[in-house]
Amino acid sequence: MKKTNGKKLNKRNVKENISSKNGLSKRFESTYRVLSAIMIVLLLGMLVVMILGMPPIGYAQNPDNNEVAARYIESGLKETGAVNIVSGMILDYRAFDTFGESCVLFVATICVTIMLRMDGGANSSKAGEDENPEAVTALKKKEDEDTDYEDGITAIKTRTGRGVSRSRRVEHLKSHTFENVDSSFFEPEHDTILQKCAKFIIPIILVFGVYIVLNGHLSPGGGFSGGAVIGAGFILYLSAFGFEDTERFMNAKVIKWVTFGALLVYCLAKSYSFFTGANHLESGIPLGTPGAILSSGLILILNICVGMVVACTMYSFYALVRRGRI
Amino acid sequence: MEFIKNFPFFSIMLGMFSAIVSSVLGAKAAKYVARTALFIIMVLSGVLLWYTYAQGGGSYVFIMGHFPAPWGNEIRGGSLEALFAVFVSFIAFFCVIGGSKAVESDIEEKKQSLFYILVMLMTSSLIAMCYTNDLFTGYVFIEINTIAGCGLIMIRQTGKSIVTAVRYMVISLMGSGLFLIGVTMLYTITGHLLMSPIQETVRELAATGDYSTQLTIIIGLMTVGLAIKSGLFPFHMWIPDAYGQSNVVSSCLLSSVVSKGYIFLLIKIYFRTLGFDIVKDSGVLEVVFIFGIAGIIIGSLMALREKSLRRMIAYSSIAQIGYVYMGIGLGSLAGVAAAIFHILAHGVTKSLLFLSSAEFTDGSHARRIESLKGEASQHKASALSYAIGAFSITGFPLLAGFVSKLLLGGAAIGLRTRQWFALIALAISTILNAFYFLRTVVFMFIAPSEEHDAEIDIEKGPEKFVSIINVRNPLYDLALLALIAVNFILGLFSGPIIDVINEGLGLFS
Repeated sequence: MKKTNGKKLNKRNVKENISSKNGLSKRFESTYRVLSAIMIVLLLGMLVVMILGMPPIGYAQNPDNNEVAARYIESGLKETGAVNIVSGMILDYRAFDTFGESCVLFVATICVTIMLRMDGGANSSKAGEDENPEAVTALKKKEDEDTDYEDGITAIKTRTGRGVSRSRRVEHLKSHTFENVDSSFFEPEHDTILQKCAKFIIPIILVFGVYIVLNGHLSPGGGFSGGAVIGAGFILYLSAFGFEDTERFMNAKVIKWVTFGALLVYCLAKSYSFFTGANHLESGIPLGTPGAILSSGLILILNICVGMVVACTMYSFYALVRRGRI
Repeated sequence: MEFIKNFPFFSIMLGMFSAIVSSVLGAKAAKYVARTALFIIMVLSGVLLWYTYAQGGGSYVFIMGHFPAPWGNEIRGGSLEALFAVFVSFIAFFCVIGGSKAVESDIEEKKQSLFYILVMLMTSSLIAMCYTNDLFTGYVFIEINTIAGCGLIMIRQTGKSIVTAVRYMVISLMGSGLFLIGVTMLYTITGHLLMSPIQETVRELAATGDYSTQLTIIIGLMTVGLAIKSGLFPFHMWIPDAYGQSNVVSSCLLSSVVSKGYIFLLIKIYFRTLGFDIVKDSGVLEVVFIFGIAGIIIGSLMALREKSLRRMIAYSSIAQIGYVYMGIGLGSLAGVAAAIFHILAHGVTKSLLFLSSAEFTDGSHARRIESLKGEASQHKASALSYAIGAFSITGFPLLAGFVSKLLLGGAAIGLRTRQWFALIALAISTILNAFYFLRTVVFMFIAPSEEHDAEIDIEKGPEKFVSIINVRNPLYDLALLALIAVNFILGLFSGPIIDVINEGLGLFS
């Protein structure tokens, strides 16, 4: 941040040809560096002092070994029906936090989509024809603003996110949109070794991911970790077989509706549970026999929802970074 | 339990629900969903305020789930929380309806629905942050707020706004990180995450004197973390770009409610989690006071030398955040009450200023203040609204800014050394405020002289404002009117609102 300030000053100085100010900004920058180093050392020292005085790890008398943890361990199984206490904690005792966390994922997806989805790219010619001209002029105006070379380069870098050569980047910058780039530019190389291996590995990965999600309430795992595994499987499939094959089952529409459905079910199910809990009503959700796959009330459903959201998020991040649309 | 007590929970869930539904809708439908949801949230919060204050409902704890205090999540309803929720949803609703044309012209059509999703997620996370009775829930919603803030800045998709969003994210995440370290450490020494049990344990710790160093550092970390996120003086560098480069609705929301949400959470942590006496003894408030005053002076000076209109309004936010922290730093109940009143007054005024300036500048072009000459003759309504906002922020009687400055000054009197610093800072900044805000108002209302225009053309040719997007529609006027009306209400009938704040603060501890 200070650096950009310095740059601005430098630019102005070049224009006005004042050399004394340049020296001043340089001196300021070096003092700034020294000061920031001192600040960091101070903060570090403070945190070390704090940690040295903290209760030691794993002692029975520690403050965090209190009635809260005791109840989670002792009656967690009885109250939530989940053999995996961690699942019981995050999806039942403290489900509101976890609902917040899945909304963090949701908002992160939205932001990455804003950043990387190129509506002005391959689809722009279509959009320009049948939609209102105001939007198009606004779009053009925005592109004009991007004329600053460096800004453009950063935008291109962030949008493509892959190591295109410098000359190629400049080419994109000149064309401003990706209309001139044929879709093969974003396609992965069809590598035979990768494809053969992927054929063996992908089914195992996907089944393992589904297992982690479905057994979240019984064994370590759950929606977040299982969803990540499933998402990784999809990404491997995409890298091996390309967009055309992947789009048969994973495309923008599927991802949109799956994410929507999963979040909606999560939101409604948890709202019902919160509402009945706070108003001291019977929720009527059976807990089942502990240890069975169909048990522990809402936890299984919530794990499936979280797993779907995470898998779609992982895949769409990769696709967006790779080619600017899902 | 009465049905009304469910309203905080309904408001949070409604916000999230409408955001989720908007993800499959087009731009137009998402807009109407957002408007409806914000309006309902506003009404619900208003009813809750009426129930907790006028009906004597007091404060209550609402269990999120089937498990009570130290085990499950909780939220807490009370008059102060309800007031803040009304404030957030009011500003969000009127900014969204008033800025709808600015949104349409600034944002690609296919991404407009994403914008409304971000607004809804941001509003409901702010409301959750204000109602929460659980530190970790607070952290989770801080995270949502931070990421949504980044999205709101970069949704214009210009090179500069993306750079600004990255900078905002880095600085803001540093704040979240420090806050999270504070929460973890507090959990390690108390063994709780919910506010009320933590407060009991902290009281015991303070009585026995255990972990006193740790407690001080924790208070410091949480304060610094949230101060970075709300833009207190040494951490203010992201403000001018973030408010100046983004879409006008985003600037309104970021400056008026997002940064204020963090301050409200800080006040809640001070009163509900740590206990205000313990915070006072730790000496952190003195530091907050000093930086608040430094922020007031330096923010005003920077605004004074700023040439572009939007960035000038943004710089004035640094000074106004300084006022709020100065009020907290006074270390008295009256000071905190004045700070909360200033949060409301500044939120209403700043969104009025940003919204009315939308007609003179769209944020992408650096609109020089000198080139504002004669704007009032073309844009009567927004120039008049801008003038009222400027008067209010300067502290003109009858308006909100006057009452908040009066309260801050009144709270300072009687506190030996601090009163002089506070009063002198108030006086200096009022003069500076008057100077730089009224300068723009005067420029707007004087007639443009032909020669001067030509001069500007030659000198600052490329910088001169070229295109003006027509942001006006009946809803824009309605939003300006509502903001002006609330400004006058806060200025003329501040009594009941101060009562609500005092009563709410009393119930906090």
